[in-house]
Amino acid sequence: MSATETLLIDLFSEEIPARMQKGAANDLAKSMADALKAEGLSVGAVDVWYAPRHIALRIADIPVSQADRSEERRGPREGAPEQAVAGFLTANGLASLDQAELRETPKGNFYFAVQHIKGQQTLDLLPGLIEKSIRDFTWPKSMRWGRGSFRWVRPLHRIVALFGNSVVPGALDLGNGESIPFGRETEGHRFSGSGAIALSNPATFEDQLREGSVVVNPTERAETILTGARQAAHEVGCVLIEDAGLLSEVTGLVEWPTIVRGQIPDRFMAVPKEVLVLSMKEHQKYFALQQPDGTLAPYFITVADGKREAETFSRIAGGNERVLAARLSDAEFFWNQDRRDALDTRVPALSSIVFHAKLGSVGDRSDRMGPLAAWLSSHITGADRDAARSAARLSKADLTTGMVGEFPELQGVMGAYYATHDGEDAAIAQAISEHYSPLGPNDNCPSAPLSVAVALADKIDALVGFWRIDEKPTGSKDPFALRRAALGVVRLLVENDIRIPLVNAFREAEMLYGGNSDVSADLLGFIADRMKVTLKDRGLRHDWIAAVFEAGASMDDDLVRVTKRVEALRDFVGTDSGTDLLAGYRRAANILRAEAKKAKGALTVGSVDASLFDEPAERALHAALAGSKAGEYLAAEDFGATFGELAKLRAPIDDFFESVMVNADVAAARENRLALLSQFLGSVDSVVRLSALEG
Amino acid sequence: MTFQKQKADKATCFQRLVLNLQTYWAEQGCVVLQPYDMEVGAGTFHPATTLRSIGDTIWNAAYVQPSRRPTDGRYGANPNRLQHYYQFQVLMKPSPVNAQALYLGSLEVLGIDLQKHDVRFVEDDWESPTLGAWGLGWEIWCDGMEVSQFTYFQQVGGIDCNPVPLELTYGLERLIMYVQGVDNVYELDWDGIPTEQGGKCYGDVFLQAEQEFSAYNFEHADTEALFQHFKDAEAMSQHLLSQTPPLSLPAYDQTMKASHLFNLLDARGVISVTERQAYIGRVRALAKGCAEAWADSPGGRGEQPQPMSVEV
Repeated sequence: MSATETLLIDLFSEEIPARMQKGAANDLAKSMADALKAEGLSVGAVDVWYAPRHIALRIADIPVSQADRSEERRGPREGAPEQAVAGFLTANGLASLDQAELRETPKGNFYFAVQHIKGQQTLDLLPGLIEKSIRDFTWPKSMRWGRGSFRWVRPLHRIVALFGNSVVPGALDLGNGESIPFGRETEGHRFSGSGAIALSNPATFEDQLREGSVVVNPTERAETILTGARQAAHEVGCVLIEDAGLLSEVTGLVEWPTIVRGQIPDRFMAVPKEVLVLSMKEHQKYFALQQPDGTLAPYFITVADGKREAETFSRIAGGNERVLAARLSDAEFFWNQDRRDALDTRVPALSSIVFHAKLGSVGDRSDRMGPLAAWLSSHITGADRDAARSAARLSKADLTTGMVGEFPELQGVMGAYYATHDGEDAAIAQAISEHYSPLGPNDNCPSAPLSVAVALADKIDALVGFWRIDEKPTGSKDPFALRRAALGVVRLLVENDIRIPLVNAFREAEMLYGGNSDVSADLLGFIADRMKVTLKDRGLRHDWIAAVFEAGASMDDDLVRVTKRVEALRDFVGTDSGTDLLAGYRRAANILRAEAKKAKGALTVGSVDASLFDEPAERALHAALAGSKAGEYLAAEDFGATFGELAKLRAPIDDFFESVMVNADVAAARENRLALLSQFLGSVDSVVRLSALEG
Repeated sequence: MTFQKQKADKATCFQRLVLNLQTYWAEQGCVVLQPYDMEVGAGTFHPATTLRSIGDTIWNAAYVQPSRRPTDGRYGANPNRLQHYYQFQVLMKPSPVNAQALYLGSLEVLGIDLQKHDVRFVEDDWESPTLGAWGLGWEIWCDGMEVSQFTYFQQVGGIDCNPVPLELTYGLERLIMYVQGVDNVYELDWDGIPTEQGGKCYGDVFLQAEQEFSAYNFEHADTEALFQHFKDAEAMSQHLLSQTPPLSLPAYDQTMKASHLFNLLDARGVISVTERQAYIGRVRALAKGCAEAWADSPGGRGEQPQPMSVEV
């Protein structure tokens, strides 16, 4: 067991954005450990820490030196020409063949140059490895500073590099003659610490920083914040509204967290709670509290940084209260101002907001969405036609309000508040509020009938419009979030079990744009692609979905039906019948493909002539196809029974291939058999295009 | 908006704190300049920041710059929003190694005790599409309130900054409201003299201007004339840049003018979303032209200008 030591690296910089700290610390630790392993040095436990001004890692049990090793190179055969020997000696720095070893090998006797390489001291290797790990690290966004050319997330000031008790002798070159030497000094808290801290050894890192008022362990900081915030909420009889994202962000903003509770003046509690929460969370990084009855409480919790005297905290709370009050008084002003004009009277002003240069104004859009939502409502149980028209017409009106101008994130939500104030139905207000949803795969999907109608109208109008002007998403570019809109259509229909013939819906939307260029087929293909993504999460494979969409003469545009068919297909392919039928189907398809190739594409397959059958298996297959009720069951949407009918074709097709020679000598018999196979394929394809299946 | 001076204090009045900042940054080696005599949207536009960020000469400057944001006008009715306000601007090139400590020192001369307040550096990436400029840094929070912007410029006018300048921007009204403990900007104590002795507060100096300029910005600015002025400024800037050698400083004046005209037009709501990008692009093209011309001029190269030949 050779001696080992622990490596500690602490990179002390100006404040690193909270969202980047964790990834950076983990990546740097990994890259350092990999670099050591690449040098043949084993590594033990790895610890990682981060805080606003620190990215630190510690790697235990690194051998203090590399193991000695030897390298061998085979040279010329014994008795080889002088020239070859001379070349071998020069290449390996040998004076004569006496310094080489002559060894027997199965191929004869050869000279070998054997070099014994002494393992290097780890401390000598580390400067280069550390420098490279730092230099190769890339931040999501990086910058230069001063006169240097080196890039880091923010200016880097100190690099601690300790191997055991020793400082790793090295430096990071910043360019233009500037550099940061490796050392043992880091820094404590900006305000509560006392300047530079000379670290004694890797083991004392956490404790020494704590003495400098920095809790460098992020988990500990997060726990302190969470426990303290819960306690502070409890003290005023409230409950903390927990928010993991906010907690992690705040953890990255403080080095010595202290909890400060502030109060929200009562008059602001009349402002919609979404406005309060947004102002607190997004703008101020405050936690919100709720009363035991679930309503928003007139308090907030902020996390201050550093050790302070008690009276200082009340001053900090007071300062934060004033900042929040200033923000909220703006919000209160808009809330009072906006309610003076009913949403209905705001609709005309939408004509002055450009939606897209080629697609007109937001006013044009809401003019189209009204009738479209009305049309859609007739397919949605429980959605009133007039209510759908009116909710869709009002859905964008809040864009003209001061509140949405100030807090764009609240579009829709504010519309619902204003609609309620105007005395609109609760269902209409809810539909306005939810009509932008779902905003992606994890967002809540509306289920109220009226909300579904308006949300669908919003998305279908946009999709059809952008398809008409040929602004489709390409590669990673999707500036109008059309993939999200298509996904929304899929989720709204499938999750609510709503059956709408989409092609008709697209045509309806096109008519409202004033013309029928018929983008419906292409758009349905786009929706089908999104559907593959959504249904994958339900365990439905993309090729099953393709097999259903491609079945029959035209694409099925009822996504609920498509889903059920795909589920039935899933159940079918798992059975023996499914596997065998697939094999028969592929064999038939291959034969026809080969024949088509032979005929150079001129293969014409006529209809089957029963009088030409010689073999019982031919007749049996023909009869099975004629007697199949797959089409009827499909039309009746009994998909289990449909696939049951396909399963009945398995035995006849197996027997056919077992006992019938397709490539008969008599041309008429051969052509008739090909026709029969083609009928078989067509029959299957009308239910499911098995050729789309993979694997 | 009615207003009343709460308290007169020579030590924390508006003008004293501005003087403190000027003195502090003068001591740190800055040339203290006066405001640029043009309408601009932010202190960054002053050529002492934009153009001087380019090139490798040392440049340290500090100045107050009145800034106009036509869309923020509230007819004097909002206690926090102004269409005309003051920024205090510092530019240090190259960025000093103790930049953060220098900044914190400036808060202390404003009377903010760092042990008694919660001062934080919160990520904020800065970008000016009209100037073709960007940088990384923070907004500085004092007890939850944003009091300054702290930016390491990486590029200005499309040119990489090398060395990198540090830019500090203080929103003076907000900051001093905080120091004075005033919730209404119009009640800021301007001069430390009690009202009954003729002392002035912010409202005495600016309320009428806020009202009248809000009406001008939102209602009366003649948009057709403004569009024409924009075109004229753009053409003049291009003309000046096409001279041999180009006249970078007057060309940049015209760029600032075009930029402000765009802001006025934007406030009138007569520029659509799609047109907006096009206008920003036109101003940026001018800014890039000026930046390139300046970089190749004596000032940009860090030389003394040669005597100019004058045609009589």
